[in-house]
Amino acid sequence: MSPQRSATASEVSGGDAGGRLVRPFALTGGRTRPRNEFTLITVVSAVDPPPARRGRQQPEHARILRMCGKPIAVAELAALLDLPMSVVAIMLCDLLEAGRITVHPPRVVSPSQDIHLLQKVRDGLGRL
Amino acid sequence: MAGSDHTAQRVAEAPDTVKILIAGGFGVGKTTMVGSVSEIIPLRTEERLTSAGLGVDDLDGIEDKNATTVALDFGRITISQELVLYLFGTPGQQRFWFMWNDLAVGALGAVVLVDVRRPKSSFAAIDFFERRNIPFVIGVNGFHGEHPYSPEEIREALALPEGTQVLLCDARERKSCRDVLIALIDQLIASAADNRA
Ligand SMILES: Nc1nc2c(ncn2[C@@H]2O[C@H](COP(=O)(O)OP(=O)(O)O)[C@@H](O)[C@H]2O)c(=O)[nH]1
Ligand SMILES: [Mg+2]
Repeated sequence: MSPQRSATASEVSGGDAGGRLVRPFALTGGRTRPRNEFTLITVVSAVDPPPARRGRQQPEHARILRMCGKPIAVAELAALLDLPMSVVAIMLCDLLEAGRITVHPPRVVSPSQDIHLLQKVRDGLGRL
Repeated sequence: MAGSDHTAQRVAEAPDTVKILIAGGFGVGKTTMVGSVSEIIPLRTEERLTSAGLGVDDLDGIEDKNATTVALDFGRITISQELVLYLFGTPGQQRFWFMWNDLAVGALGAVVLVDVRRPKSSFAAIDFFERRNIPFVIGVNGFHGEHPYSPEEIREALALPEGTQVLLCDARERKSCRDVLIALIDQLIASAADNRA
């Protein structure tokens, strides 16, 4: 792994040119990326307390941070913000790079190994 | 692995998430079904067509914004503090189907809703899941609560693969929709047990 690649998200956010793209912090316009970090059911949570170096922020970023004080799925964020998923994903990328959120990816389900998980879902549905 | 590590900063414990797709032709009752079982009123999120995969690089240069977004309805069922199930109603129109590929990634399986009065409108959805080996069950939504055809007749009319579960349901009824979801999960559990044996 190259040193640039191993830079933490918050290091990269400071304008560090270290190998990854550093993008303008605008809500729209000139966007490059994001990777597939954020699916509809990826859960994001605000980091508390926020890191010392917060990076620059748009009001929309602050709004998102308020909304993910408790863990929330990206699809729900997008719906509540009334913004397209892809726009929300880009703003979440900003926040991730600034070290302000953590990302909890969806449960990867391999049915042959996940009877336990399926059973939990089944029991939960049974209670409805 | 998930959510159990303790870092210096305090981070709220995030639940694991899984999803099931509710598919079928336009107007078969997908959104209705999502709403019937969801603990929240169905939420709607929009996606721009050029970035449906959330991995596309450029959001600019889209001329006609109205024509290039597609809405997704979804609901939520909290199974426990550690596990949340999301239900996504897939966009009905054929031209949005490329989106399904992204939606289908990581899904437990799907419910294909069929409107008894026009079962063919769900052909393409069945085809989609069949081709990709994504487990699914058929929910026959009897509009006005009527079920003029038996599951066998529906199975035949839709030329369903052998063993496909066909369930008569009412998309407006919570318990009815829940039972369709349970049938899907039971099928998954059964095949998981088979794979193990
Ligand atoms: N009478 C009746 N109407 C239904 C039923 N399911 C859905 N509808 C209605 O049919 C229309 C289309 O349903 P909707 O859930 O939006 O379909 P979607 O396009 O598959 O999401 C709506 O007006 C629903 O209220 C049903 O079981 N019985
Ligand atoms: Mg709908």
